[in-house]
Amino acid sequence: MRSDASKLGFYLLLAPIVLWLLVLIILPHVGLFIVSISEKIGPRIYETGFGNYATFFGEPLYWRTFARTAIMSILATALTLILGFPIAYYIAKLTRGRTKTTLFLMCMIPFWVSELVRTFGWMILLRETGVISTTLQIIGVISGPIELLYNDAAIMVGLVYTSILFMVVPLVTTLDSLDDSLIEAGYDLGGTTTSILREIVIPHAMPGIVSGCIVVFMLSLGNYLTPILLGGKDSLWFTGMIYNQFITRFNWELGSALGFLLLALSSAIVFLGLKLSKQSLSNTMGRA
Amino acid sequence: MPFFTSRGCILSDPTHDLVCSDLMKDFDGFRAVDHVSFEVPKGSFFSILGPSGCGKTTLLRMIAGFQSPTTGDLLIKGKSMIGVPPNKRPVSMVFQHLALFPTMSIGDNVGFGLRQRGVARADIARRVDEVLDRVGLPGVSTRRIDQLSGGQKQRVAIARCMILEPDVLLLDEPLGALDLKLREHMKVELKSLQAAFDTTFVYITHDQSEALVMSDNIAVMNQGRFEQVGAPHEVYHNPQTAFVAGFVGDANKIDAKVSAVNGTRLTLTSSAGTEMKVEETGSSLMVGQAVQVFLRPEAIELSKSKDGIEDELNVSRCTVNAVLFNGSNSSVMVRDKAGSLFSVALPQTGSLADLREGDEVFTCWRPQKARCYPAPEV
Repeated sequence: MRSDASKLGFYLLLAPIVLWLLVLIILPHVGLFIVSISEKIGPRIYETGFGNYATFFGEPLYWRTFARTAIMSILATALTLILGFPIAYYIAKLTRGRTKTTLFLMCMIPFWVSELVRTFGWMILLRETGVISTTLQIIGVISGPIELLYNDAAIMVGLVYTSILFMVVPLVTTLDSLDDSLIEAGYDLGGTTTSILREIVIPHAMPGIVSGCIVVFMLSLGNYLTPILLGGKDSLWFTGMIYNQFITRFNWELGSALGFLLLALSSAIVFLGLKLSKQSLSNTMGRA
Repeated sequence: MPFFTSRGCILSDPTHDLVCSDLMKDFDGFRAVDHVSFEVPKGSFFSILGPSGCGKTTLLRMIAGFQSPTTGDLLIKGKSMIGVPPNKRPVSMVFQHLALFPTMSIGDNVGFGLRQRGVARADIARRVDEVLDRVGLPGVSTRRIDQLSGGQKQRVAIARCMILEPDVLLLDEPLGALDLKLREHMKVELKSLQAAFDTTFVYITHDQSEALVMSDNIAVMNQGRFEQVGAPHEVYHNPQTAFVAGFVGDANKIDAKVSAVNGTRLTLTSSAGTEMKVEETGSSLMVGQAVQVFLRPEAIELSKSKDGIEDELNVSRCTVNAVLFNGSNSSVMVRDKAGSLFSVALPQTGSLADLREGDEVFTCWRPQKARCYPAPEV
């Protein structure tokens, strides 16, 4: 009797996660996959086949955009790590108490505003009549207005800015757990700042680095708003291309195929990253 | 500073591995280390003993180079270490929680220092095996840190330092985290490791038995100052200050007043009204002065009758208040007529093993056994 009741409780507690997985993740993907392998041969006439995938590989614009998105996302992840690590190290190791909380909050505050508003903020700074261009003209560095928007650098700035928090948080957590005496022991045994960073700090922070990188990479790869707004109509971001297929071209079949390829790409790169850093997914995500 | 003409130009004795002269460290508004001067002879085991918060860790961190002294000088093998960063000093430190690198294998941990010096890979491997052999852990270099027991980790931490052949090895209460049995064992082992490596050890601890067992010399530290520096038996038997007498070893503390002075023989009256005789050479105590008397539990003898006790001794009739059985360290608490409690060691011959609470006993002690200090002015 009692065991029946506890069993019921177990299934009730399990229900939300099962429902979530089934309804919001598995079902849409199964649907998407079925759509992606349907080829349209006439009005309302479909045939099963991999024609949509063949279209992707046959059209250089598609796979070049695909590769460009992947490389830019990896670059954005690397830049975020390079910028985020010193910030996280400073917060975790060099500050205490109130200062630490304040700094941490200051990293967080921009994220209380929607991503759209934050991106518009960058547009105000970077556009031809924007703050930076005007300031440079006033102090006489440049003679005419310059357009800083609508290029790859602007996209990169936007991507790093929107995702840096997701790098800093796991890094602060792992660096916080690094015992100060390990660093002191490193110095005591004759280590230099570089060798201690390489042999003690980074190996310890590896789970945080990897989990931060995975999150930032996924966010960049799947970002739609920032590349479109800061990179302009010709930003050539893969999510933009999927959007076009679904909404503009009304070609759900090709859109689904592209969506599936994006999923495969992100999974493949994360898997490769884990293998290269010798970390496991459960280890990194469990700790951070 | 009589020795020094200017910083770096010293006439110090080359047989001393470590010399601290007039070392001082201030943290905002608080003096952690106060005019400390000492010398550690080459190859000796030097302990700094003191309660927590006495400044001993600050002192050790200054020697290691993690903190710089406010004033004073610090010489290792005759060279001033002021302004020398910790990674350039010929000292190594065993940290309180050992600070072994958990991301590295044992071999990589031990070889860390040599890698920093750019020693060839094959050479490192050979020397790592050698030093692990010397600390009694052969063939563990590929294992992980968490596969070792507490005592083995300790030995790895020492091996990691000793492979660099430091002039001075600093140890920051490394036995604190071990359980009692292992701690007793490691005391003996540390001492023999020190002898085997023939390196100067500077050991800080709040545990007096660690300091007494291992050290050639002990410095007793209190509130940033050295109260006494000397060999263990000297510190134990001839404490120079009331703090040392109370901190090193157990002692019964009696507040009293001097009622008569006759050469070196003092007659004291305790605050409870008991009279006692104390032999004190070289003190300048005067009649009427308040004093503190320290009497070790093992200096008091117990007997069941008053027969055969010399007049010379301080005798009093007491009742047993409690018997504290602790193997060879058993003691009894007795209460004298005036109501003061004393701790008395039980003789190990077992002659008084049948003592029970409420029994009547006589305590007696020689006037030479007690130590007497002027009471601190309040």
